[in-house]
Amino acid sequence: MTINPDLQGRSYPAAEVYDVGREKIREFARAVKATHPAHFDVDAAKALGHGDLVAPPTFAIIIAQRADAQLIEDPEAGIDFSRVVHADQRFTHHRPIFAGDRLVAELHVDGVRAMGGGAMITTRSEIFALGADDSREPVTTTSSSILVRGEGQ
Amino acid sequence: MSLSIHELSAGQEIGSRTIEVTRTDLVKYAGASGDFNPIHWNEAFATSVELPGVIAHGMFTMGSAVQLVTDWAGDPAAVVDFQTRFTKPVLVTDTTGTADAGATIEVSGIIGKLDAEANTARVDLTVMAAGQKVLMKAQAVVKLA
Repeated sequence: MTINPDLQGRSYPAAEVYDVGREKIREFARAVKATHPAHFDVDAAKALGHGDLVAPPTFAIIIAQRADAQLIEDPEAGIDFSRVVHADQRFTHHRPIFAGDRLVAELHVDGVRAMGGGAMITTRSEIFALGADDSREPVTTTSSSILVRGEGQ
Repeated sequence: MSLSIHELSAGQEIGSRTIEVTRTDLVKYAGASGDFNPIHWNEAFATSVELPGVIAHGMFTMGSAVQLVTDWAGDPAAVVDFQTRFTKPVLVTDTTGTADAGATIEVSGIIGKLDAEANTARVDLTVMAAGQKVLMKAQAVVKLA
């Protein structure tokens, strides 16, 4: 299997809207063994000055990996998901994610380089919150590299 | 709790935390995150793709490690940047039906750098499992009061 080198520079526009729900924030927080009350109790979040429950710092991975799926599942990409290893990850929060946010992600393929029999692919998701008038507020930039292992790697 | 840059110094320890992980935890994380790659829950599949066994999602390790920073900061919204490299997989053995952990992750943090202009502290995390560093350059930037 060969990774298509023409992927570099490709972008996938924002697709479906992700509605951030309180129960999803609670579920994700429990799944990463978070205990901070701002993830669970609306009054505790408000006491810190927030409008609603605050998502954990890595919550945006849900939206980022949905965006990445567009690339991984793109038959032109040539990526075997079972051979994908996560190499690095970064979240830059322009503001926190709150329950009630309506988020969209734009995916950018920033780098593709051959490594052994495989390839390292770096992607970036620009995540925006949609306003009432469909305005876009920058919320989080995520970037990650995945290593697609070649045979025997 | 609100942290003031004047009360902090580089090299200061922020504490440590032990995270016990089971196969059930990985199934829960798969469901919560939407990452259903079978290398995180199916032994036969994991070994068929040349892994030593079922491994934790890197994002499980990253996401659980940052709780030390969140609790220290006193507000999860204070974590404005968080990054890491995944260097070693966390192998999670099957202890289903027992009270034992399938893996143990040890997290500790020190203040790596203070930025007076941005009013932030960079916390550098050390994250170990089975005697190996599983994350490298695990850095969380915290906005101070």
